[in-house]
Amino acid sequence: MTNQVTLTIDGKPVTVPAGIGIVDAAKMVGIDIPVFCHHPKLEPVGMCRMCLVEIGRPMRDRATGQIVMENGAPKIQFLPKLETACTNKVEEGMVVLTQTDKAKDGQRGTVEFLLTSHPLDCPVCDKGGECPLQNLTMAHGPGKSRFLFDEKLRLGKRVPLGDLIVLDQERCIQCARCIRFQDEIAGDAVLGFDDRSRSMKIITFSDPGFDSVFSGNTSDICPVGALTTRDFRFEARPWELDATASICTQCPVGCNITLNTRREARANGDIVVKRVMPRQNEEVNEIWICDKGRFAHHYTDSKKRLTQPLARSSKDEKPVHTSWDEATKLAADKFLGAKENFVVLASGRLANEDLFNLKSIADQSGGQAYLYSRIGGGEFTTQMGVGAGTNFADMGPGTTIVVVASDLYQEAPIWYLRVKQAADRGATLIVLNPRETKLDRYASFVVRYAYGDEVKTVSDLDNQSKISDAFTKAENAVFLFGSDGLGLDGTSNLAAVCAKLLQDAGHVGKPNNGLIGVWERANDQGAWEMAFQVAEDLAETLKGKSVYIVGADPVGDDPKLAEALQGVAFVAVQDVMETATTEIADVVLPAQAFTEREGTLTSGERRVQRFYSAVPATGESRPDFAITSQVAGHMGIALEGTSVSAVFDQVAGSVKSFEGLNYAKISEVRPQWPIVGRGDMYYGGTTYENTMGMGAHLSVAAQGGETVNIPQVQMEAAPRPKENELLAVPVTKLYDRGTTVMMSANLLRERIGSPSIALHPESAKNLGVEDGQLVNMSFDGVSGDVIVKLDDTISVGVALVPREMGLAIREPVLAEVRSLIKVE
Amino acid sequence: MTYIVLRHRDIPDLNKLDVYQKNGGFAAFQNAVTKMKPSEVTDVVKNSGLRGRGGAGFPTGMKWSFIDNKNWPHYVVANADESEPGTFKDREIMEGNPFQFLEGLALASYAVGANVAYVYLRGEFWQLGTFLDEKIAEMEKAGILGDKLWSTDYSLRIYTHLGAGAYICGEETALLESLEGKRGQPRVRPPFPPAVGLFGKPTIINNVETFANVPMILANGAEWYKAVGTADSAGVKVFSLSGRVRKPGNYELPFGTTFRELIYTHGGGVQDSRSVKAIMPAGASSSLIVVNDEKVLDTPMDYATVRTLGGDLGSASVIIIDDSVSMDWLVNKTVHFFKHESCGKCTPCREGTYWMANIVERIHHGQGTTGDVDLLLNVAKQIQGKCLCALGEFSTMAVVTGIERFPQDFKNAVSPAPLPPVYAKKNEGMEKV
Repeated sequence: MTNQVTLTIDGKPVTVPAGIGIVDAAKMVGIDIPVFCHHPKLEPVGMCRMCLVEIGRPMRDRATGQIVMENGAPKIQFLPKLETACTNKVEEGMVVLTQTDKAKDGQRGTVEFLLTSHPLDCPVCDKGGECPLQNLTMAHGPGKSRFLFDEKLRLGKRVPLGDLIVLDQERCIQCARCIRFQDEIAGDAVLGFDDRSRSMKIITFSDPGFDSVFSGNTSDICPVGALTTRDFRFEARPWELDATASICTQCPVGCNITLNTRREARANGDIVVKRVMPRQNEEVNEIWICDKGRFAHHYTDSKKRLTQPLARSSKDEKPVHTSWDEATKLAADKFLGAKENFVVLASGRLANEDLFNLKSIADQSGGQAYLYSRIGGGEFTTQMGVGAGTNFADMGPGTTIVVVASDLYQEAPIWYLRVKQAADRGATLIVLNPRETKLDRYASFVVRYAYGDEVKTVSDLDNQSKISDAFTKAENAVFLFGSDGLGLDGTSNLAAVCAKLLQDAGHVGKPNNGLIGVWERANDQGAWEMAFQVAEDLAETLKGKSVYIVGADPVGDDPKLAEALQGVAFVAVQDVMETATTEIADVVLPAQAFTEREGTLTSGERRVQRFYSAVPATGESRPDFAITSQVAGHMGIALEGTSVSAVFDQVAGSVKSFEGLNYAKISEVRPQWPIVGRGDMYYGGTTYENTMGMGAHLSVAAQGGETVNIPQVQMEAAPRPKENELLAVPVTKLYDRGTTVMMSANLLRERIGSPSIALHPESAKNLGVEDGQLVNMSFDGVSGDVIVKLDDTISVGVALVPREMGLAIREPVLAEVRSLIKVE
Repeated sequence: MTYIVLRHRDIPDLNKLDVYQKNGGFAAFQNAVTKMKPSEVTDVVKNSGLRGRGGAGFPTGMKWSFIDNKNWPHYVVANADESEPGTFKDREIMEGNPFQFLEGLALASYAVGANVAYVYLRGEFWQLGTFLDEKIAEMEKAGILGDKLWSTDYSLRIYTHLGAGAYICGEETALLESLEGKRGQPRVRPPFPPAVGLFGKPTIINNVETFANVPMILANGAEWYKAVGTADSAGVKVFSLSGRVRKPGNYELPFGTTFRELIYTHGGGVQDSRSVKAIMPAGASSSLIVVNDEKVLDTPMDYATVRTLGGDLGSASVIIIDDSVSMDWLVNKTVHFFKHESCGKCTPCREGTYWMANIVERIHHGQGTTGDVDLLLNVAKQIQGKCLCALGEFSTMAVVTGIERFPQDFKNAVSPAPLPPVYAKKNEGMEKV
């Protein structure tokens, strides 16, 4: 919108983009018009009537249409009634008065009306202290109630909308922000009003209740204490909380978050994380986060945290508490002795600085460094990832987004939300997936293919067709590839063919163009940048080696790896929590959680972002990069181990894509719209404003005009189920039974659910199993008992096996299913 | 007299298609479709001076000419959500003279280029919905509705739609929301329906009675119609007369007929020969017109003149209040109605009607104070001019005019009554059984 409009608000001339509402225009120039129902991210509805102002417009002569002049200036005509500043758009020459007696009386009246049936239970309300109703009452409301206390409505104080959000019907002021967020932003229209007049109340009409992974955001934009999260309800008062900027570590989106902390008697007076809140970054997550990011943080203060270094001198003993010096020395000696048989196995849970030190220790000692990942293709995202300046918010008409083999809603919810919004704005969305996903609803083109046909389907986009035109002829194009039904080989091949298509169409090396991997972990992209490799056959690779496992639980994840690790020479495990792998370790090195230390992560969009230390370290735990430095020191390798920013400077000095970056640069903030934060809660909600850094993009090789050599991808036939065969394929479920999620299981139990597989009703019939039945599934040395769920949107002959849900599935594999208990 | 809208009172069985056609039915529609340009139809209606019969009295032809011709398709919707307490004219029209109403709807559709029209009926009119469906089916069979009518390029389908029983759905934008399958809550205006209406498309919404006038105007010409009524308010109006009159009912009379004629000549006078204390000319949402002077009854009923009495003619649902009625009782009734029917979307209406209902309830039951009367008036005025749609405003009309124009009634209601006498019960009644 390039057209500008000049109007006057409270005597102040204001020039703003045409088409925006008066409330937003006023906000841009620092004038606060009070609102409850209006939210800058939602369509205006004019429900609450809080933003009543006087609006004058230049008078036009009825006959000529000319503006009537009076004393050399346009004559301004005011309507007799007050008008809502949210629903009225700015007009040239408009005069807005927000502070007249008439306007103030209207605003006072609205507050009085809202308070008639409000319980005024601020002293026990979670919102108290950060409540728009409380604040606007102080600013605009009457000092005294004319409403009889006995006539206040008595309504439900604890009405669960789902298992995560609780509604207090007395506090609700019927502004519909939550309903509209779910309809307009999340695309999960699961809330609505029931009844009418003063009996109108918020209800959910989904089963299970409030079935959306974005539900927590409604508590942020609720202007009263009506919607509270099960996690924070009655847990603390907002003014007791400290706020620390951080980055969510649950997926590769890299949502900017704020950790609210407080000292807690229950934790022996320690400082603990009380809640996770979104932190504004309009280039990443806007002002939203998903429920996994908000609620699955409890692992950081779980009882299973490793608190002290452990070591054992022989395989028959149990590891015992030892000093940091002894533990790291023991590990270092073994690694030195192993020479080329020294293997580092690190996961994308780690920070860039940790990964850099780990790569360095392997490189400088002649060992190998592997990334613990079930998804490949990182060599393409590092070279042809999205260009610097990429921002989903800028994508609209002219941009084509292709999502292939990914259920983004489950794999990276905020990317789902951003892609949906880009499509809403007019971007062309192409979804290629073997089964129905929520994103299909917003797609211009949906292509279904059989599991195994990913590469062929993407290659076919090259052929002349409407779909291929939508991709090749687009001004900008982005490819997101995931791992729905794919293992390491499948994803690597898929990434290659996507990269080739992007390169051929010239959609590389520019902002809003390139390849995005929907990785499993927050910093997989960072690991790829450090040139970590994935082992083709990890079990085989590990045999007989001395292994340094960092931030991974191969024993718990996969019986094959467990078996492989039984036979290795030496295992040192460095992690945050006790896992099945720490059980078999010779040396256990306790690492600090991301809440306890500083560092940087590289998101899937190749944005490097900082997280800060919010709580003190648990026990004797140390940051990963420091532990690695200590081990390296004993091996005679000098690695930076005290200053995390110094490690980052080394990264910038030696990893090409990080060139030119430093902590100061990635801590920069830019002005953002809408304005949110502490003083503006009535406007944008309780989302935190970003003062600690919006991150910076890595450069891409293709940006320098380099052509990337893409290997020929083999289109070998993936296993196809023959008649009476069942193909088990891995899929990702947002709330799985992974270590970091299960520690929040109290809260997320319903969402996580029991280990299960999904079958088409016909497949179930063929197998003689029924919905809800417990069966035993086995494949390739893996066996487990799971519940059958029927889903008629998937193909016959295929079983969807969620990762981290009881069965260790790495790639598509033929499976057997055996009935255990027949349901009545 | 000869009826224009309530013609079924003159012609038996007019709700049968053959009878209607024998009496000139659908000639106007066929003539328009085969011989007139759509804009010519609008012009005739414009020249006739026909004003909307739903309450606002907006010139009908002008409304039709506002349709946005850059955005297609267009829709026409008949507002048959007749819900105003005291209004019962549309039901009689649709039951007795359905084809004339449907022909008017068809003419409007042709005039604005709509190929689909809807009749939005209040939920309680489900029998009427079935009845109209039969009439529409008959019209389709007779080639009056359907594709390529009379071998022209013009096609028209009419559908009925039942609401779920909410007063607010008579508000045109709430009606559209409900018709789209959403909650019946009003939209922010502007944009108005002729620009953005049903399913986001330009839409004309008129009252049933408005449409029922149109065929006769097209058949007899604008001048013929204008000859009836007053300069300000052309034609005839169906007055729904109710309240304390001997013969309540619908009376089709020219605009400009006096209240006295309506009440005494047609309505048979006031029950128990009492005197008229007040008149609500537009149902429960009316201001209370004070009848402290017999001359008030000689006021001609047209839009402009009624306004001089401090009220609006609106839908002409004339409720007669006699001197047996105390206004605190009346206001208690109207406020409770609006409290029940408030859609809940905007704050002043949702909270204000609830608050007013509590206060007036107290006052009416002798538990109020003079302070409560002041508070009631103040709350009503705090609602006025702040609401999203007219319903909130309506809820205050009787309150404000009742307190301001009949202060003594409220004074009496809050004055402490003498304590009731205590009667001792007879011994036999007190005995234990």
